[in-house]
Amino acid sequence: MKFTLSWLKDHLDTTATVDQVVEAMTMAGLEVEHVEDPGKKLAAFTVAKIVEAVQHPNADKLRVCQVDTKDGRLEIVCGAPNARAGLTTIYAPIGAYVPGSGVTLEARPVRGVVSNGMLCSAKELEIAEESDGIVELAGDLAVGASAVEAFGLEAVIDFEVTPNRPDWLGVRGIARDLAAAGLGTLKPDTAAPVKGAFPCPIEIRVDGDACPVFSGRLIKGVKNGPSPAWLQQKLISVGLRPINALVDVTNLISQDRCRPLHVYDAGKLTGSVIEARLGGEGETLEALDGQTYEVGPEVSVIADGSGAIGLGGVMGGLSTGCSDTTTEVFVESAWFDPIRTAQTGRATGITSDAQYRFARGVDPESLVPGLELATQLILDLCGGEPSEVRVAGHAPPPPAAIVFDRAYVKKLSGLDIGPARIDDILAKLGFAVDGDAVTPPSWRRDVEGKADLVEEVARIEGFDNLPVEPLPEIARPPGGALTVRQRRMRDARRTMAARGYAEAVTWSFMRRDWAELLGGGDEKLVLTNPIAADLSTMRPSALANLIDAAARNAKRGFADAALFEVGPNFRGDQPGDQWTAVTALLAPHPPKSWAKAGGDPLFELKADLLALLDEMGAPTLQVVQGQNAAWWHPGRSARLQLGPKVVVAEFGELHPRILKAIDADGPMLAFEVNLDAIPEPKRKGVKTKPALELSPLMPLKRDFAFLVAADTPAGDLVRPILGADKALIADARIFDVYAGQGVPDGMKSVAVEVVVQPREKTLTDGEIEGLSGRIVAAAEKAIGAKLRG
Amino acid sequence: MTDLTKLEAELTARVGAAADLAALEAIRVEALGKTGSVSELLKTLGRLTPDERREQGPKINGLRDAVASAIAAKKAALETAELEAKLAAERVDLSLPPPPERKGRVHPTMQVLDEMIAVFADMGFSLAEGPDIEDDFHNFTALNFPPKHPAREMHDTFWLPEDEHGERKVLRTHTSPVQVRVMQRLNEKLPSWIANGQEPPIRVIVPGRTYRSDSDATHTPMFHQMEGLVIDRNIHMGHLKWTLDTFISRYFETPVVETRFRPHHFPFTEPSAEMDVKCDRSGRDVKIGQGTDWMEIVGCGMVHPNILRTCGLDPDEWQGFAFGFGIDRLGTLKYGMPDLRDMFASDVRWLEHYGFSAFQAPNTATGLS
Repeated sequence: MKFTLSWLKDHLDTTATVDQVVEAMTMAGLEVEHVEDPGKKLAAFTVAKIVEAVQHPNADKLRVCQVDTKDGRLEIVCGAPNARAGLTTIYAPIGAYVPGSGVTLEARPVRGVVSNGMLCSAKELEIAEESDGIVELAGDLAVGASAVEAFGLEAVIDFEVTPNRPDWLGVRGIARDLAAAGLGTLKPDTAAPVKGAFPCPIEIRVDGDACPVFSGRLIKGVKNGPSPAWLQQKLISVGLRPINALVDVTNLISQDRCRPLHVYDAGKLTGSVIEARLGGEGETLEALDGQTYEVGPEVSVIADGSGAIGLGGVMGGLSTGCSDTTTEVFVESAWFDPIRTAQTGRATGITSDAQYRFARGVDPESLVPGLELATQLILDLCGGEPSEVRVAGHAPPPPAAIVFDRAYVKKLSGLDIGPARIDDILAKLGFAVDGDAVTPPSWRRDVEGKADLVEEVARIEGFDNLPVEPLPEIARPPGGALTVRQRRMRDARRTMAARGYAEAVTWSFMRRDWAELLGGGDEKLVLTNPIAADLSTMRPSALANLIDAAARNAKRGFADAALFEVGPNFRGDQPGDQWTAVTALLAPHPPKSWAKAGGDPLFELKADLLALLDEMGAPTLQVVQGQNAAWWHPGRSARLQLGPKVVVAEFGELHPRILKAIDADGPMLAFEVNLDAIPEPKRKGVKTKPALELSPLMPLKRDFAFLVAADTPAGDLVRPILGADKALIADARIFDVYAGQGVPDGMKSVAVEVVVQPREKTLTDGEIEGLSGRIVAAAEKAIGAKLRG
Repeated sequence: MTDLTKLEAELTARVGAAADLAALEAIRVEALGKTGSVSELLKTLGRLTPDERREQGPKINGLRDAVASAIAAKKAALETAELEAKLAAERVDLSLPPPPERKGRVHPTMQVLDEMIAVFADMGFSLAEGPDIEDDFHNFTALNFPPKHPAREMHDTFWLPEDEHGERKVLRTHTSPVQVRVMQRLNEKLPSWIANGQEPPIRVIVPGRTYRSDSDATHTPMFHQMEGLVIDRNIHMGHLKWTLDTFISRYFETPVVETRFRPHHFPFTEPSAEMDVKCDRSGRDVKIGQGTDWMEIVGCGMVHPNILRTCGLDPDEWQGFAFGFGIDRLGTLKYGMPDLRDMFASDVRWLEHYGFSAFQAPNTATGLS
């Protein structure tokens, strides 16, 4: 919404400057976006008069002018064809910056003649898009007068109107709030009834769904044409295009009062009935913008005997538009429902000034006053004779009274102000105050309850005056502020970062084909309006995003990526379908090093995974190989399970097929942990740890070599060995796996170091032998392992 | 009779000349071994008369002691030399680099999240959470966005397809739906991490991912918000102002940050406000607490009575405030990232530069960053 200070002064008696207006608006809740002050860039430019213009001695197209300026008579070289003696124009002195051409003037010879300044065109001053020669001004302007004054230029204030305040879409509404905020006095309303000379010959009918209330009148004998300069300038100053007097009057009132109107050339109407109704299947309308629109049953249309002649509250039709030849005009002042108008706008794709206003809510009670105001202006500018006003339909009921205990202002806002001041503010804003009952004005349909009234009072009194009061102390939750999930997410990210992974945050949505590759891509999870095709589908896993990130980093020369993300994945669209994953990706391309690298990086990754699970408080998990999802390498991946069903993690090398699909070079290793699958810790509160028993006796180590079937997971040896004597066996560590010479075909040898911790006394040879026997028996029983001879 | 003086001179000379421990041991055996030359002399003492013994005894024992101590001294010297030679041979070039290591990093948005939590936890706030895919009720209707209201369009909402009941789920456009989940208990089975009703007084913060269809240097289609909600019997706008002022000053770690409360409009608060901070926007980075510019930093207000009613709380008994911060944006303002989109680009150079060490866990004792 744009307006100028002078326009504001039509309604507000004030001495405030633009800066003061902007500050008062900001503090009253009118968020100023921008102040465009054309005067600032034209401050150096002044009115001048050409006394003499002669042909330049060395150039056909140049003239050497003697010019009377505020700096005295100067010689100025000018290339404009209209530079002639007697012309009043605009002069720019040496040193001035010319906005339209982007140069700063210097005194330098032009083809041998020094030009002591410049005479300017409207384009060079940026007051017109195109110009043909230098500015031609009225001869009575005084030399030295400012260009700003000569053109009547003013600062334009542009501000954001929040959707609750359509009344701010009219300058009078802004003036009212500023008056309440103490910036001046609201001038009385000038709208007055204009007596009709004859009954309105045009009948109005309304369908309440399309248009609840519609008023209009005919004005005969008008003479249309360009509107006067003051009106044109006013519209131009806020970025509107003057069209003709009749149309300009409607645009002026829309901008001034937030009261959109429409004028029909009554001579072009078919029949004598104007009807507001919903559109029909297949019905079309050629609108004033020259486009043809389908006007279906969701759209409000205005129709005459020929069919649709306008989109209700949005745009008029081309066939009945007013032109210079119009002599009879039918003026419409109607009220369209905000939701219906928004729908009409959406269905047709039109956003006009009228549509914008009606969609936000125009004051229904401005219907007839707006029509009277328009009538008076049309009579003033175009002459003619008006009919009586005709009204059809019913306006929505006015806002209801609110029971308002003034003490609520202090309770809700903290502001300690007396009831007299409260009532004063409300009255200035147009509220009717009657004891406990406060009734909002018809243009404030956003005010529905007492909290809204507190806002009005507080905002006009000033949020600056709000007290600052510390929150009362409250008991803190014993377990800390975080939820279990948040605690885990935080611990997980710091564990991963400590182990050398960089944390990424990637989109929750991805390409649908990537989601499909990762077992997702369900139609239910495809956005209907994605911002880009490659961000269309809620992700089933962050893996594709991390693979892609690693590939993009590799293309920039950083192939050795170790990335992780802690974030949501989606199985479906229900709250329970969202789960929390820690996803890690390792692209093992370490830089060259003189120190030889270690073993298989997959086991580095496994170490990171186990460290993470340990930090998360996960119990011992079972490694299950060969059942991973399709995007894992079939031989180099596994799951970690809790019992037979709950998969806590998958890890391994990624399948080359998925890397290829994402255009990434392998190998890449990854894991994905479902944080929600890790059981929550037992009841919090008990902080003491179990007693620690430290044996004074030396632990002993015994090595065993077992033969097992080649396809038996070697790791399965550990648990039975530990279980052979839980009191004595402290650890069992696989330190060698061997197949080949000396080991039967189809078998492998697994060497295990068992750590035995005597508790009360050193063990005798017999006891050690007995323990060894139990270890061997347990290994055999569990996985058929035989002690290697 | 052996010339003891000569023998001693001869043996000590040979000890001194021994090249290594083996040669020295050979000399020891030859002199002090069972049949060594000195041992043989000692054996002769038994055959001597007492007088002779009195004279020869000290001399021969003296010879033995002298030879033994010469050998011990030489042995120590040889051992030292041998160790030194061994150590010299073990020299390595320590100008070489250690094996390469990856530098782990915490993402700056997550670091900022932890900083914010540290400050708010200190003020007595606890965390609450809700799902990213929300229903229309929680994201809009319960928050006092009437159906078809133009304010819904201002949110640039991402929609999921209509279900069989004609309802469309949305990607939550803000963390505010969790306000409703915190205040209202639903009779449906929800995962334990999702807030599901609690009795007032309430003092929670709600961090999470939020989504709007928008992309430029200061907007991304996904971003992070932190909602705050305080409900009690007598909480008013003065408490809101203190809470936000205190947070801003502690978060930016500057003693005085000038702030300004401005009226604004949000459907879910009444009265509604935005808070601006004084800053200097003339340079590349925004400098908080300096300069003469104002920058909007948080939207807030008193929870709308309609929301309280929807959640089953009587607005005449309970009232309070809510606010919503952009976490990523607070990060860029404090740490100077020029473009919000880089937050989500996973460029390892950016992550290393703007990321944080695992051990810089923010807390109020050591400072936040």
